[in-house]
Amino acid sequence: MLRQFWIAYLTITRKEIKRFARIWVQTIFPPVVMVALYFVIFGNLIGQRIGEMDGMLYIDFIMPGLVMMSIITNSYANVVSSFYGAKYSRHIEEIQIAPVPNLVILLGFVTGGVARGLCVGAAVTLVSLLFADFSIHSPFVVLLVALLTSCLFSMAGLVNAIFANSFDDITIIPTFVLTPLTYLGGIFYSIKLLPEIWQQVSLGNPILYMVNSFRYGFRGISDIDLMTALIVILVFNVALFIYCLALLERGTGIRQ
Amino acid sequence: MLALEITQLQKTYASGLIALKGIDLEVQQGDFFALLGPNGAGKSTCIGIISGLVNKSDGEIRIFNHSIDSDFLIARSKLGSVPQEFNFNTFEPVDEIIINQAGYYGVPARIARRETEHYLKLLGLWDQRHSQSRQLSGGMKRRLMIARALVHKPRLLILDEPTAGVDIELRRSMWKFLEQINEQGTTIILTTHYLEEAERMCRNVAIIDEGKIIQNSSMASLLSQLKSETFVLYLRDELEVAPRLESFYNVTRVNHRSIEVEVPEHHSINDLIRELEGQKIVVERMRNKVNRLEELFIKMTSGRATSSKSSDRESL
Repeated sequence: MLRQFWIAYLTITRKEIKRFARIWVQTIFPPVVMVALYFVIFGNLIGQRIGEMDGMLYIDFIMPGLVMMSIITNSYANVVSSFYGAKYSRHIEEIQIAPVPNLVILLGFVTGGVARGLCVGAAVTLVSLLFADFSIHSPFVVLLVALLTSCLFSMAGLVNAIFANSFDDITIIPTFVLTPLTYLGGIFYSIKLLPEIWQQVSLGNPILYMVNSFRYGFRGISDIDLMTALIVILVFNVALFIYCLALLERGTGIRQ
Repeated sequence: MLALEITQLQKTYASGLIALKGIDLEVQQGDFFALLGPNGAGKSTCIGIISGLVNKSDGEIRIFNHSIDSDFLIARSKLGSVPQEFNFNTFEPVDEIIINQAGYYGVPARIARRETEHYLKLLGLWDQRHSQSRQLSGGMKRRLMIARALVHKPRLLILDEPTAGVDIELRRSMWKFLEQINEQGTTIILTTHYLEEAERMCRNVAIIDEGKIIQNSSMASLLSQLKSETFVLYLRDELEVAPRLESFYNVTRVNHRSIEVEVPEHHSINDLIRELEGQKIVVERMRNKVNRLEELFIKMTSGRATSSKSSDRESL
């Protein structure tokens, strides 16, 4: 039975990876171009006037955050569009009628999201070599945070897709929730620059923990204690994992 | 052994619509079974629940003695389903759709590729294997769904209107194919609006109407309930009025060269022809007005079935 589930998992994962790889012009290329523009504008043009941030060049400061932003948005986008697309055209039924446990469905879609997130993250990191310093303080932390964050936002994308009833519904959350939280999550500034009250408010933004722990992995600096950040990311992962599984078990959005 | 056992199956949708009102149904292993009913009778809901696409409100379903609740992984592995609507990724190539489906059932890639080749060749889709499925014709898409449902070698195959919208030639070749796989041991449950299809292929039949089973018997036993059959007779010479025949014949003039005659059970067509010849009326050709099952079906469902889509004479 385990072998059967393993094959089913590989099938879903392979299908998901093939999907975004087939349309790489829409999935991989645009985020790389967009981040390259960020590097040019915020790093080179404006960054030189800003000077240093937390004791380093501004472009070196924002680089980990920009990579993290790519991972977040692409992990999320992959699962939300793929799962909702499958729901919309009803080919999700191919998996539903098969003897595939919900855990395998969840892991398959999340792996697809993680694959795209990490793929785009790696591509953006390569582009950053042209603009910023590429020193890694802790490769382990970089990989761990990238992996946990992409898992988290893949699951968030799945929740969005499960509840979505139209293509509008899968753009509302990324546009009005994810993007503001990402921009306010310490990618472009240290929260130490903010007044005390806004520093406290910022601590309520989960993306702050991801960006800062990721920056720690690259640069060895963070506004948030690393362990605290990792625990927050882990707790969100566990909570979303349980929630996603419960939604799939109930058949929310996919079974009448 | 029972391939499918349904006990007191009930379904009430969130909207309050009661689709199934406690259905009991048994399908024997190896059977070719027709599940008939007018539009909205509950057939697709029933199939949706068996396939795991619709949550049931109450009742129990067992597939080859495995509960779809407590033993759903084994139960589902024995089931193949061909839904009414196309439900594949239209951007995926034909062969990938089938190989992936095999993968969901845990079929290793090497065997999946072999089985995919087998069924694509058998169903005449091998040349289209690399085409995106959206490029296929309607008939090819239907055959693709059948190949996909068979790739893991299910013991029970449910087909929800598999020949809807396909031309008569293709329909007949699909009948032949389904008869072959049934002969090889696959139990088949078929829903269809083409009652000629059900009458020709199915040994047993259940009719659902308004969420309840109103008939469940062998096809032969059901057809024996037919008290009369209506024939359309095409005449050599023109008639101004309907001929006067024995009182047990119900005769209607259709036009100047054809009449309809309802022939009661236990009366021979030969007698009818002889009586017409006695009146110098020569019959050139004749046919059933509707097929026998259709005639019964309309009577049993109080004519509601006639409101369903009816693009040609065969269709209800």
